[in-house]
Amino acid sequence: MTRRHLTLLCIAALALSWPWLPEFTVTLFSYIALYSLVAAGLVMLTGVGGMTSFGQAAFVAVGAYATAWICTSPTATAALGGIVPAALLPWVGLVFGLLLTFVVAWSLGAITLKLSGHYLPLCTIAWGLSLYFLFGNLEFLGGQTGITGVPALTVFGVSLASPRALGPLIWAVLLLALWALHNLLDSREGRAVRALKSGRVMAESMGVDTARYRVKVFVLAALLAAVSGWLYAHLQRFVNPTPFNINIGIEYLFMAVVGGSGHLWGAVLGATLITLVKEQLQDLLPKLLGASGNFEVIVFGLLMLFVLQRFAEGLWPTLARVAGRFLKPEPVRAAQAVAPLDSRTLPAAGELLLEADRVTKRFGGLIANNAVAMTLKAGEVHALIGPNGAGKSTFFNMISGVDDPTEGEVRLLGAAMTGKPSRDFAARGLGRTFQHVRLLGNRSVLENVALGAHRRGHRGWIASMLRLDRAEEAALLAEARRQIERCGLGAHADAPAASLALGQQRVVEIARALAGQPAALLLDEPAAGLRHLEKQALAELLSQLRAEGLGILVVEHDMEFVMNLADRITVLEFGTVIAEGTPAQVQSNPRVLDAYLGGSDDEPIAVAA
Amino acid sequence: MDLQIALLLGQDGIVNGAVYGLMALALVLVFSVTRVIFIPQGELVAFGALSMAALTAGRVPATLWLLVALAAMTLVVEAWRWKRGATVDWKSTLVWTVLFPALAAGLVLGLRPTSLALQALTTLFLITPLGPLLYRLAYRPLADATVLILLIVSVALHGVLVGLGLLFFGAEGSRTPAFSEARFDIGGVPVSGQSLVVVGVAFVLVVLMFLFFERSIVGKALRATAMNRVGARLMGIPTDLSGDLSFALSALIGAVSGLLIAPLTTVYYDTGFLIGLKGFVAAIVGGLGSYPIALLGALLVGQLEAFSSFWASAFKEVLVFTLIIPVLWWRSLRSRHVEDEE
Repeated sequence: MTRRHLTLLCIAALALSWPWLPEFTVTLFSYIALYSLVAAGLVMLTGVGGMTSFGQAAFVAVGAYATAWICTSPTATAALGGIVPAALLPWVGLVFGLLLTFVVAWSLGAITLKLSGHYLPLCTIAWGLSLYFLFGNLEFLGGQTGITGVPALTVFGVSLASPRALGPLIWAVLLLALWALHNLLDSREGRAVRALKSGRVMAESMGVDTARYRVKVFVLAALLAAVSGWLYAHLQRFVNPTPFNINIGIEYLFMAVVGGSGHLWGAVLGATLITLVKEQLQDLLPKLLGASGNFEVIVFGLLMLFVLQRFAEGLWPTLARVAGRFLKPEPVRAAQAVAPLDSRTLPAAGELLLEADRVTKRFGGLIANNAVAMTLKAGEVHALIGPNGAGKSTFFNMISGVDDPTEGEVRLLGAAMTGKPSRDFAARGLGRTFQHVRLLGNRSVLENVALGAHRRGHRGWIASMLRLDRAEEAALLAEARRQIERCGLGAHADAPAASLALGQQRVVEIARALAGQPAALLLDEPAAGLRHLEKQALAELLSQLRAEGLGILVVEHDMEFVMNLADRITVLEFGTVIAEGTPAQVQSNPRVLDAYLGGSDDEPIAVAA
Repeated sequence: MDLQIALLLGQDGIVNGAVYGLMALALVLVFSVTRVIFIPQGELVAFGALSMAALTAGRVPATLWLLVALAAMTLVVEAWRWKRGATVDWKSTLVWTVLFPALAAGLVLGLRPTSLALQALTTLFLITPLGPLLYRLAYRPLADATVLILLIVSVALHGVLVGLGLLFFGAEGSRTPAFSEARFDIGGVPVSGQSLVVVGVAFVLVVLMFLFFERSIVGKALRATAMNRVGARLMGIPTDLSGDLSFALSALIGAVSGLLIAPLTTVYYDTGFLIGLKGFVAAIVGGLGSYPIALLGALLVGQLEAFSSFWASAFKEVLVFTLIIPVLWWRSLRSRHVEDEE
């Protein structure tokens, strides 16, 4: 039995037992599904995308109030009355709620998501509170009393008035949503979303517009909450502000975190646990403490602290590990068709790729780079060396779009790049690696490398959710596997990236950069942590890439590696270029000897053979 | 609206703004030193106010038992860490887990203070050690986690403390006697002595904080930690010390704020959350990093609240919290390149 079989079995068991379950259980299960839907959105946001929201209850409210207002307000029915039959009003309410949620979520996201990560959650607290107060004070939404008389849903003439009738629809929506989200995560777009969490600089360098992806994930989570609200309104048949206050918003987050914020099924587990426990605690605690009130929040808070300190990943991974002993792994299914990927014509050897034109960078009074000029041509290896603190990293940041020069200009394939983000550098054909390895440690090497080919595919979120991207996905993975094998890591392609040695992880980064088919390759200390034979293999690979016409810029401390490989070397000291030329010229340059040895002897740097 | 009302509202705004300013200072302090967005700051305000109310009513505030329980838990945790080979700074541990709780218990149970000033002092002794104890129990085990996880911890802690507040103090609100019953008439506008006390105390606290950070070696160590955590640690500034101290200061500021507002408005067990969040809106104006801009932001929030309570009182909270949106929009205009978060 595989995981898929077990999932299907559980769903079938629930479906078959549904007509015989007691009324109370049916209602409880319906609510669990409603909460799971919201929590699944939070999993996408928190565990996968590295953001979070305490204000999801407010989006549930938008979904619920939108349909309640459309279905009951005389103004709305008068406007729609002639055109839409009464039975279809809830569906108009759904569309209206989704539109409203989209606009609000998109605006909130666009404002906060360019800033660092904690502004969004803070903003969602403020938004959750505001909306709660707003709904409580708006006369046309019934103020604190709310709106009563929300009609039941009718599907094909069947009225879904009772939880027993509506529950299956709620569960169907939840399972469909989980299926779509699962598909999304298992695709090119999903990889980009996952990359958001581990660091935006890396994702941008792979060509991902991180701000846009963050907004999209936030909107997706909000839309799921709105759908839950729509279903809630037609299950409960009336709405008032109470179930949408900020504490409920926080409870949704508890569900996602306790269940396992990195796993879609964690949302269902968390929603089930919290709902069942809350049910018990609401009876038990007031009796125990001899006072009435919402004391369950104490228990949930402590539970949350415990989970965060001891099971940072939530409970689902533990459960999955235990279940993993009894389940067979999922068979890998080969794709039938392979779509062609974008590929670029590489510039001819000798053509100017990257040009730094008198680049100066000041941090306050400190001049990190002083009028640094450097070029990189197709078909050469150019090394940038210098003692620690010479300004290499600052310079690297400016030629890769992480930072802007204070003066001067960086040109990539003839285009001025000042003010352009890293993803534009990637789009024009720049691939890079990082000094401190930036991989998604618990994803496979294959997935990490496939992220590098992000820009070469085009299928979007909807296509991914509906599995219309399989041909392209197969091509991306095939390309990633080809690059991994080329870099000599074929045996590790399916292992989690974090399980590799540090030196190998650096090579994974090179493979990832190559998957984007770059014209210029910037490598930040690629040989650090490699053993002697691995260094030789790396040097061979780089020579081969040079022969294919790539321009490669290497920042490196390993002199032997640099001197044997580079065609040209630029030496930086105190932010200034002190020498430039062939390895032989640089080795005999007295200023270089000064910089490295602290005093000029007449002997050149010994190159250990 | 005539000038008279405008001046009255302005005065209200300044008084409230002073309290939000204190909140904002504490939040900026804790965030810059420990990266914790300390949502429960507001609960400490409510705990301060309600403990004072219990003392003036001649009851033993339940926060004493919370303090004793947290101190005992911290002692157990520290002993366990020590046994497992971790280095434990016993001196500071004993200060927070034994000295302060003992002093507080002595004041509450032994001395049973009757004067307002002594009761206020007792409240400060009760609330201040809660800061470092909460830090050690809730945050320190996750000191290396992301800002996001620490924020989620804060929200969980907020839930726990609000629930405990309800358990300790019940659902009814309390108000304490004013520190000053005096009334002045300045240019035709009546000014209450309590308002002057609030603004005065807030001002003195800000000046003291300024002197602490500018002149004292410990204050400078905290500033160094805020600028560069790793660097400060390499220079021999213990991370624990900076965590303890910033949380203690923040709890002290929370308790003082609670004492200041309790005579002005009825404080309920959950009032603190909104006060703390308004402090946040102010702190966000300064990007959670600048003390002076946060203070200006607090005055802005205070004025906005005062005037909106006149024009659209039902939507007062909505307007105050919506202020965060234009502020963030303005801040996002100035950010161009993406940066990695710690």
